[in-house]
Amino acid sequence: MTTGQPLLSVRGIKTFYGKIQALHGVDLDVYEGEIVTLIGANGAGKSTLMMTVCGTPQARNGSVSYCGEDITYKPTYEIMRTGIAQSPEGRRIFPRMTVLENLMMGGMVAGNEHFEEDLRRAFELFPRLKERQQQRGGTLSGGEQQMLAIARALMSRPRLLLLDEPSLGLAPIIVAQIFDAIRELNRSDGLTVFLVEQNAYHALKLAHRGYVMVNGTITMTGTGKELLSREEVKAAYLEGGAH
Amino acid sequence: MQARQKDSLLVASVKDSLGGAIITFALACVMIGLRVDVASGRGAELFLEHRWLAVAAAVVIVFAGRFAMNVFFWKREDPPSLNLSGFLPKGGLSTGTSSVLKYALLGLAVVLPFALMFWLGARGSRQYIDLAILVLTYVMLGWGLNIVVGLAGLLDLGYVAFYAVGAYSYALLAHYFGFSFWICLPLAGILAAFWGIILGFPVLRLRGDYLAIVTLAFGEIIRVVLLNWYQFTGGPDGLSGIPRPSFFGLEFTRGEGGFASFFGLDYSSIHRIIFLYYLIFAMALFTNFVTMRLRRMPIGRAWEALREDEIACRALGINTTTTKLTAFALGAMFAGFAGSFFATRQGFISPESFTFLESAIILAIVVLGGLGSQIGVVIAAIVMIGGFEFFREFEEYRMLVFGMIMVVIMVWKPRGLISSRTPSVALSKNAKGISADLVQEGHG
Repeated sequence: MTTGQPLLSVRGIKTFYGKIQALHGVDLDVYEGEIVTLIGANGAGKSTLMMTVCGTPQARNGSVSYCGEDITYKPTYEIMRTGIAQSPEGRRIFPRMTVLENLMMGGMVAGNEHFEEDLRRAFELFPRLKERQQQRGGTLSGGEQQMLAIARALMSRPRLLLLDEPSLGLAPIIVAQIFDAIRELNRSDGLTVFLVEQNAYHALKLAHRGYVMVNGTITMTGTGKELLSREEVKAAYLEGGAH
Repeated sequence: MQARQKDSLLVASVKDSLGGAIITFALACVMIGLRVDVASGRGAELFLEHRWLAVAAAVVIVFAGRFAMNVFFWKREDPPSLNLSGFLPKGGLSTGTSSVLKYALLGLAVVLPFALMFWLGARGSRQYIDLAILVLTYVMLGWGLNIVVGLAGLLDLGYVAFYAVGAYSYALLAHYFGFSFWICLPLAGILAAFWGIILGFPVLRLRGDYLAIVTLAFGEIIRVVLLNWYQFTGGPDGLSGIPRPSFFGLEFTRGEGGFASFFGLDYSSIHRIIFLYYLIFAMALFTNFVTMRLRRMPIGRAWEALREDEIACRALGINTTTTKLTAFALGAMFAGFAGSFFATRQGFISPESFTFLESAIILAIVVLGGLGSQIGVVIAAIVMIGGFEFFREFEEYRMLVFGMIMVVIMVWKPRGLISSRTPSVALSKNAKGISADLVQEGHG
């Protein structure tokens, strides 16, 4: 699976917030058809890496390329039109707009040719959203909001889906549902997924490959299974975790 | 209303009693406050007596009595008047009644000048039509600002600057080049939109309080420039002799070739007033039409999404720069139109008319009406501008009464008079607006 040119390639990325350096030269590859996860503790720089891929903030050194094209210094809205979609950290759905309107916002840049079809697919994946299509986003439960955030990202017909902590603050049963949906999207639609997670156990079980980040540097990499069996990973991220 | 929280007995009683007091006030104003009497000294002449003290007493008695009944006698936590919503059509008060209200107001606005003429005669109706023109000007300004504040969520405290740009554009173009109103109207809109973009660029990265301060400063800059550029704008003396608009080339003048003689009517100055009324009515409707259309288009939805969450917008590939600039430009354009109307109506303008207070009033109309609600703006403009005139009786207490009404509205309906937001798209038939009261701001 990991042959040929990667879909997303991050090389030597250094990102700063003012004077504070958040990423110290990160290398990472995501190949077409893969689920790749990035795990790490709070403040390790996982979300910063994802945001750097999206262009806010932009990297000071290094490069991000997608489909062989350098996107490091493109504005965010252009990057998000090239086939990358993101479900941002904290879900960030539009609370006063209805579920349907939220989904329309997701499909806005892709135009409305495939809207009906994409909507059907989104409702198939998350039937709860269909029931609640006229409800305001803000009145949904946390799990439904996360489903909406993912569905909204899918409306732009991406090749690569970036997910930032989809399990944040959700009950285990909902997390399982959401991870099932991600697996389903990867298997039947061939969607490539890059998943940033703190919930290391679930993420590594789901992913083909994983990276471990500590203080802005990648310390370990391997297949999901390999990482799950590594003592360091167990000690640092899986102690008392959800087994 | 389903999710109404149970208030404590005391709070519920206060609310219920306030409701009673308001109803009493409305009834007592007419039934007790005004008294027609025959003056004995001046021959058998009828005159009107005001008894506001008695009105106040009635309101206080009803409030106190109802409160006492609630607390000591009924002891119910859901006093009867709070359950009135059960009698209203399903789907909430706001969506059901506001569409009826919309057409009622529209119909009223269409026939208003002629009804007034019929009722009060040309002389008597003039001041009321003038007031209606003023209200409509503020409705239009409110709708224009609603794009910026209500839809795009950009708090603009210097909106009057664009109103000034529109007014001065027309006045100066007419003064220096002799352009007519109909040529200047679009030009004024374009110039104001241009200034909207000029303001938009430096404030692109700002939000909330910071944006408010910069727009406030911008409004003052425009006013101060107009005040001090004496050679060009006339400074504090203002510009006078601004030409009046014509009706398809017909001037509203006495004699041959005027509007009255062309249609074979007797000349009356009321013709121009009525024409101005329908002009601002049409302009306001145009503003509303454009806004409502845009709301259903991608750009309008992008504005609303921007108000909700800017970061999410960027993550969805929306160009927030152009989205913000179009909101500023369009909002400013409508203010520019309204400004040139203001100039042609007054015939005289000076920087005096474009102070911060104007911005504050327009913003208050938008906020009281319920951010983003078009019909709410109309009601708020009628209450604010009409009420301002209505309470002339109170003289020096006018501002006090006015302020109290605003406080009461905000306590009673914290999200404005019409707070529900109608979805811009619906697939199923049973779509209905959900009251914003049920949704926490910005959170789930």
